[in-house]
Amino acid sequence: MTDILTQQTKRKRRISLPPAFRTPLAITGAALVLFWLLVMAFAPLIAPADPLAQAFERLQPPSAEHLFGTDQVGRDVLSRVIYGSRISLPLSIGLVLASMIVGGTLGAIAGYFGKAVDEIIMRLADLVFAFPTIILAMVITAALGPNLTNAVIAMLIVSWPAYARVTRSLVVSARQQEYVVAGRLLGAGAFTSLRRDVLPNVLSPVFVLAMLDVGTAILLLSGLSFLGLGAVPPTPDWGAMVAGGVEQFSSWWIAAFPGLAIFTVVMAFNFIGDSLRDSLDPHTQDAVQGRAM
Amino acid sequence: MNAPLLSIDNVSVRYKLPGGGSLTAVNEVSLDVADSSVVGLVGESGCGKSTLARAVCGLEATSGGSIKFKGHEVRKLGMRRRPEELMRIQMVFQNPYASLNPRRTVGSQIADGLRANPQQTSWSVAGLLEEVELPSDVQQRFPHQFSGGQRQRIAIARAIASGPELLIGDEPIASLDASLQARVATLMRRLALEAGASLLFISHDLAVVRIIADEVAVMNKGVIVEHGTSQQVWEQPQEAYTKRLLAAIPAVDGLGTLPGEAAS
Amino acid sequence: MVDTQNRADRQGLSVRGLTVSIHGKPIIRGIDLDLVPGKITGLAGESGSGKSMTGLAMLGLLPDGSKTGGEILFDGRNLLECDEREYGKLRGARIAMVFQDPTASLHPMLTIGRQLTDHLRVHTGMSKRDAMAKALETLERVKVPDPATALKKYPHQFSGGQLQRVAIAVAIICEPEILIADEPTTALDVTVQAGVLRLLQQLCDELGIAVVLITHDLGVMSSLAERISVMRGGEIVEEGPRYEVLRRPQHTYTRSLVEALPNHEPFLEGAVESAESRPEVGS
Repeated sequence: MTDILTQQTKRKRRISLPPAFRTPLAITGAALVLFWLLVMAFAPLIAPADPLAQAFERLQPPSAEHLFGTDQVGRDVLSRVIYGSRISLPLSIGLVLASMIVGGTLGAIAGYFGKAVDEIIMRLADLVFAFPTIILAMVITAALGPNLTNAVIAMLIVSWPAYARVTRSLVVSARQQEYVVAGRLLGAGAFTSLRRDVLPNVLSPVFVLAMLDVGTAILLLSGLSFLGLGAVPPTPDWGAMVAGGVEQFSSWWIAAFPGLAIFTVVMAFNFIGDSLRDSLDPHTQDAVQGRAM
Repeated sequence: MNAPLLSIDNVSVRYKLPGGGSLTAVNEVSLDVADSSVVGLVGESGCGKSTLARAVCGLEATSGGSIKFKGHEVRKLGMRRRPEELMRIQMVFQNPYASLNPRRTVGSQIADGLRANPQQTSWSVAGLLEEVELPSDVQQRFPHQFSGGQRQRIAIARAIASGPELLIGDEPIASLDASLQARVATLMRRLALEAGASLLFISHDLAVVRIIADEVAVMNKGVIVEHGTSQQVWEQPQEAYTKRLLAAIPAVDGLGTLPGEAAS
Repeated sequence: MVDTQNRADRQGLSVRGLTVSIHGKPIIRGIDLDLVPGKITGLAGESGSGKSMTGLAMLGLLPDGSKTGGEILFDGRNLLECDEREYGKLRGARIAMVFQDPTASLHPMLTIGRQLTDHLRVHTGMSKRDAMAKALETLERVKVPDPATALKKYPHQFSGGQLQRVAIAVAIICEPEILIADEPTTALDVTVQAGVLRLLQQLCDELGIAVVLITHDLGVMSSLAERISVMRGGEIVEEGPRYEVLRRPQHTYTRSLVEALPNHEPFLEGAVESAESRPEVGS
C-alpha cells in the first residue's frame, strides 16, 4: 500500500512565462513592448531628423517628407516621438521598479514584524494616500524644482504606498504558513525567514501589479510634463509634446502622435499584466489545500 | 532522580479577545515528558492541546507557569534566531500542504534540518528520505509533486534531520487517509526513539495514540482531565469525558453499531 | 406525512460501467454501483481512488475537460446524457450532496433561513411563508437546537457539528431521492461525529433516501453503510455486505485497508491472505 507519486499537470509555482504569453493579447503586448524597446535603442538610426532642430516649416500636416508633420517651432514630430521613447519609457519602467522595491520592502517589513513598525509604515502610507496622486506629485515637484529628476522623485514618493499595502497583506498571511514557522524553528532569524521563505512566495502578485502599473507611471509622468513640471522644453517627452500640441488644436498631429505612442505602451503593459495575472491566479488558489479525490 | 526532559509546570495561556474579555486556552496544565518516551496528548478541537504544543516550541507566550526543557526556560520566539539550547525541540504540523515551502526543492528543505544539527552526523538527505520510506532520488522535486502523506513524511524527515531531543507532532496524521494514519504515527515513534528523542504526539484520535504512546493525557477545555499509561486510559478510563471519547470511536466490526451519542 | 407517501415512489440510482477521464487522464475506469432507497451504500477508498469523482459525476459536477462513458441510470434516463438545464432541475431537488467542510459548502453571507428556502422555492415554487415553515420543520428534523432562532443566524455562528446538520438540512429539504455524502464527518470531532452519524442513519430510515457514503474512514463505513464498495485507482476491487467486506475481505487491498486501522476486529476464516504474509499450506 505504497503512496503513488502523483503526476500532477499543475504548473510549478513560479512565474511561468510561456503559458502567460500564449494568449494573443499577451503576444500583442510583448510585441509592442519589443517594438518600442528597439525604437529606443536605434533612435539615432531611425529618426529622420534631429528632434531639437527647429529647421523645418512650422505647423506642416503629415506628408511624405514629415510622416508625423512638424510642430509649432518647426521640429519634425516623428523624430521627437522616436526620441521621446528614450525619456518616457525608461523613466516609467524605472519608476515602477523603484516603487516595487521601496514599497515592497517597507510593506514586507511592516507585515512581518507587525506592531510599532507596522503602524509607522502604514500611517506614512496613509498620509500619502490622503492626497490625490497628481496633486501631491505636482506639489512635491514644484517644491523641489521642476525638472525631470525631481518629477521622478515625486512620483516615487506617491507610488510606493500601493506596493507597500499589497506586499504587507500578502506577507501577513504568508508568515502564518507552517513552512515559515518551521523555518524559524530550524533556527532562521526573522530577516532570513522573510527573505528566504516569505518574499519568494509573495513576489508574483506584486510583480503583476507592477506590470499593470507601468501604464499609470507613463501617464503620471506625462501628466506632470503636461503641466510643465517634468520634462522641460525642448526635451522631447511625450507628455510635454501633448501639452504643447493641445495649444495648437487645429494642428492635431502635434498632440495626436505622441498621444498614440503613450496609448500603445500603456495598452501593451496592460495586456501583459492581465495575462500574467490570469496565469498566476490558479496558483494562489491551489496554494494550500489539495483537493482529495 | 533525573529531571524530566520537558517539564510543563502549571502553564496557562490566555488570549485577549477583540471587544474585551479574554479566552483561557490552556488553564494551569502540568505535564512531564521523560527521556526516550512517547506521550500522547488527546482532545477534541478547541481543548488547548495545539496551543500548549506551540507554547512548548516558543511560538506562543505563556500567561502563567513555566515550561522547562532540560532545565532551560522556554520563552516566546522573538526576532532573533532561536536560542541554541531550545533548538532541540522540533515540530511536525498538521497541514501537509502548508508545511513545505512551495518554491524550494524538498531536498533543500530537508538539508535545512541537517544544517541545524549540532552533531556532524553521517546522515544525508538521501538517507533520511529512505528512513521515511520515500525513494531517495526525489530530492530535486518540488512539494506540489507529492501527495499529502508523502509531504508529511518529508516534513518528518526535515524535523528528524535536525537531531531533536523532543519531537512534537501537532495533529500530524489528522489530514491523512485513515489507512495511512497508524503507519505514519508508528513511523514517527520509531524514528524519534531510534534517534534518542522523545515524542509528544498530539491528536484527537485515541485509537492511534494508544498504539504508539507510553502514556496518555486527555485534555478538555484547557485542562488535563485524565493522565495514565495508554493501557490504563484505554481500558479503565476514570473520567466521564474520557469515557465519552472512547465510546464515540466507531468500531470497525462490520456490525453496523453506531458509536455513542455526544452530549449536547 | 408526505414522506411515507413518497416512499413508494422513491427509486434508486444505478451506475453501469462508468468511465471518467480528465484531460485524457483516466480517473474512473469502469465501475458499477447500486443505490437503493432506504439503504446506505458505502464507497470506500484512499485519496486519488476516484471515489469523490464518482459522487460528482452523479451530479454532473465534473470539472472542465472531463469525458464520461457508461451510464448513470436514474428515473429511466442516463444522467450522463443530460444537459446542464436538466441537471439544474435534478440537483438539490432529487439528487443532493453533503460535503466535507460545512464552512465551505454554505454561503457565509446568507442566513440559514435564506439558504434553506432559496432553492426550495426555486424547485417547488412555494410561497415564502410556506418555505420558512418547511425550513423550520427540516431544522427540527436534523435536531439543530432552537431552530426558530437558527433560521436567522449566519453560518459562522454555529459550531462544526451543528453546521454540518444545517448542511444536511439544506440537502434534504427538497426531499431528494438520492443523497451523496462525501466525507460528511471527517472534519468533525469524534464525539460530534457520533451524533451526525446517528442523524444520517435516521434520515435514511425515515425518508427512504438512497444514500451513498463516500469516505476513507472504515469506522464510519462500518457504522452506516450496509453494503461497501472498495475503490482503488478508479476501479472497484471488492463489493459486498459490510460484515463480509470488513471481516472476510476477498481482495488483498481491502484487507490491507482494514489492517491499517489500529482498532479493527480480527479477520474471519475465509478472508484473503495478507499481501505481505507467506501463504501457508493448509491454513
